Amino acid sequence: MFSKFLTSQYLGFISLILFLLSWYGLATLLNQHTLPSPVIVLKVLKQEIISGELPYHLGITLLRLIISFSIAMLIGCSIGILLGRHQKLDYFLDQWLVIFLNVPALVTIILCYVWFGLSESAAILAVVINKIPNVIVTMREGTRTLNQDLLEMAHCYHFGKRKTFFHVIWPQLYPFVMATTRSGLALIWKIILVVELLGRSNGMGYQLNIYFQLFDVASILAYTVAFIVIIQLIEMLILKPFDKNAKKWRR
Amino acid sequence: MATMMDILIDIKHKAYQTQSSSRKNIVIKDLKFSLNNQEFVCLVGPSGCGKTTLLNTIAGLDSNFQGKIALENKNTTPNIGYVFQNPRLLPWRTIRENIELVLTSPQSTDMVDTLLEAMQLKHLADSYPEHLSLGMSRRISIIRAFAVNPDILLMDEPFVSLDAPNARQVRKLLLSLWQQRPHSILFVTHDLREAITLADKLVFLSKSPMKIVSEINIPIAREDRENEALIEDFRQHLISNHPDIKALL
Repeated sequence: MFSKFLTSQYLGFISLILFLLSWYGLATLLNQHTLPSPVIVLKVLKQEIISGELPYHLGITLLRLIISFSIAMLIGCSIGILLGRHQKLDYFLDQWLVIFLNVPALVTIILCYVWFGLSESAAILAVVINKIPNVIVTMREGTRTLNQDLLEMAHCYHFGKRKTFFHVIWPQLYPFVMATTRSGLALIWKIILVVELLGRSNGMGYQLNIYFQLFDVASILAYTVAFIVIIQLIEMLILKPFDKNAKKWRR
Repeated sequence: MATMMDILIDIKHKAYQTQSSSRKNIVIKDLKFSLNNQEFVCLVGPSGCGKTTLLNTIAGLDSNFQGKIALENKNTTPNIGYVFQNPRLLPWRTIRENIELVLTSPQSTDMVDTLLEAMQLKHLADSYPEHLSLGMSRRISIIRAFAVNPDILLMDEPFVSLDAPNARQVRKLLLSLWQQRPHSILFVTHDLREAITLADKLVFLSKSPMKIVSEINIPIAREDRENEALIEDFRQHLISNHPDIKALL
């Protein structure tokens, strides 16, 4: 009887409620300005949405996210596939990859601003440079595991480059693309706020910086809530359906 | 209609170099035989002797060898149908898509239906390969090879994991398709009885480095191939008269 409610959906819902309740409890108990209760945060969130401030800044940040994500995926996938296919090139560029993987994100951001000025393109560039090495590594790994038997089959039956890519190679790389998309969105999101905080006069990062100086925790949390909701929407409305579509042939 | 296609296979030297050691492993040495137009040739030899390597070189998948594989009709690239040892179907495409992907002209889709019908797999046309048994996947890969209207059909132990009634049925179908639309077939097997049932000519191969031990034409008429006693007689005759073949088996 009770176990009927313990399905995965219910469990998720219950744990979310529990989280909100403990937040509320803690906030009431401490009664501090620095930890506002969920109710206050929601109120602030509503005000920010009505005033148009939050949609504007969130929109700007999302736009930057989409642009830099697309550029990084396009370049990273191409280089990754290339390195996976050509061993010599891989040996040659591997050292570069290690270097770029290990340069701290903050250093890239500062250097981009110093060298190219506090411009929009420098901001995008900083994010892209931070993300590309990760995409390359994942896609290179994916390309290395391509099934040789199927490639031979495609060659034997005169598939040609286009057909081979869409019917033989792409379906095998797809899980890797999804993995790098998820990790990529998370990574870019974190970096983009720092980029905005350091050198832009709009966007979430800029706003958070202002509220930090005002010690306005309620607004900071309100922006955080908005951000989490957006990411969840991306996951549920875009990534999950893609996943489902790609898995239908599996047993 | 298939074009006239005689093939001369002449491999002087084929070696493999494993990544771990620098030592070269000679797989094929001085192997020469011809596959005449519309002939059914069975390659018989011990497992691991390099028969798959030979088929791969003929299919153009492996060009790293000394010698040549000459196709008489040089103007057109031949249509090659290859039934690999494992089915090699694309798991993310349906059965129908798997077959239709190899087609060059869309008219042949009718033929795909006919073939699926003949193999009793029509009802599975829209399922995915992972939902099929290995035997079924194997039959699909045979259909795929037929669907390209091959000039040359390469078959690498295609009936290995089929149970006896299934194998018999597919064997029958193979012969009837071949007689409907003649083309050259190179069929690898280690089952001598199967080879005698199917082939015009047997080519016996030694173990590595592979070379030809003997070539034997099969005099049994096509309509008598169902007669198992006749096949068995011929097999006994082969083994007792050819000590070199007996040594292989």
